[in-house]
Amino acid sequence: MSNNTSLLAFNLLHMEIVKYHSSCVESINKKKKEWTLKNNGELDVSGILKQDDPVISQLFTQGSVETRLELMGFRIGQTICEKVSKDTNRLSSSLEIMKFICKDFWLFIFSKQADNLKTNNQGIFVIFDNKFSLLMNFSHGKQFVSKSGNYLALPSGIIRGALHSLNVKAIVTASTELLPGAKFQIHLQPS
Amino acid sequence: MAPQTIPGEMFAITYGCLVVELIKDYENVEDVNAQLDKMGFNIGLRIADDFLSKNINVGKCTDMKQLSEVLAKTALKTYLGVTGQVTSWSAGGDECSIIIDSNPLTEFVEIPDKYNGLKYSQIICGAIRGALEAMHMDVIVVLVDDVPNPTEIRLKFNRIIRENVPAGEDE
Repeated sequence: MSNNTSLLAFNLLHMEIVKYHSSCVESINKKKKEWTLKNNGELDVSGILKQDDPVISQLFTQGSVETRLELMGFRIGQTICEKVSKDTNRLSSSLEIMKFICKDFWLFIFSKQADNLKTNNQGIFVIFDNKFSLLMNFSHGKQFVSKSGNYLALPSGIIRGALHSLNVKAIVTASTELLPGAKFQIHLQPS
Repeated sequence: MAPQTIPGEMFAITYGCLVVELIKDYENVEDVNAQLDKMGFNIGLRIADDFLSKNINVGKCTDMKQLSEVLAKTALKTYLGVTGQVTSWSAGGDECSIIIDSNPLTEFVEIPDKYNGLKYSQIICGAIRGALEAMHMDVIVVLVDDVPNPTEIRLKFNRIIRENVPAGEDE
């Protein structure tokens, strides 16, 4: 185990990442509008993709802020889970995998274990963390709940990436009702 | 006790993914360097308040020697988890280097020749510059050396930033 770094420093880095992707998507949307107006508002999808200008094609295939952040989180989670799970015994069921995520993985990456794991035993799991590391530097309470959505996209991707490196496909969605708590709903997909 | 730290690997890999994103988005490494510096500056502005609130004994730094020691021994230790060494002083005492032998940001990093202009740890320089500006010090911070060598950051004191006095007011 190497040195720890400051959670505040990490959360400030996360804030800059969110701001960066937000401003990227903003300028992309602006260019989309300009291009659409220039072409009389007709949205010919096949024409767009055939554009010689690769920038124009790229404009219309870029995702939302959440998508970009989630994909980045996916890479982070995949890489780190390979490291964390290196010395772990074989995990032979969905429940064992989810327990590993909630305990060993969560402890390593978010500096504490998740607080609660619930399941309907049909492939849906819900993880609760009442003091979620990546939301600790928000004012606590309800005031900023609506603004915190973009800050849950990266950790959602981290969890999906971790599951992917354990050979599990999943859809992960996140929500918060009271900062700094967070809830992650995980739908396991058939292999 | 709410968590206060995060593993260095998490920070390093997240930062690595950010750098990769910036390289994809920008057409040249100079723009990547500028964006990393800007992000670091914004982080540094906020970190300065946190640092002062947690280190009450650090009073006003009266010279560069004291300043660089606080940066290398206390601030880098608190926020990055490593200490730096202060070295290579100029004759006038207004310029020095901070060497980080085991920079956690660069732990898993190799840079291809194609990107040899990339200043990988530029975000640290931006953070130092931002933190010092929050304390009314204009310091020029340059990344002299990096991956695969130890990180060397050159600091040169420029001036104290005076508060603006509204027109008509006397000091």
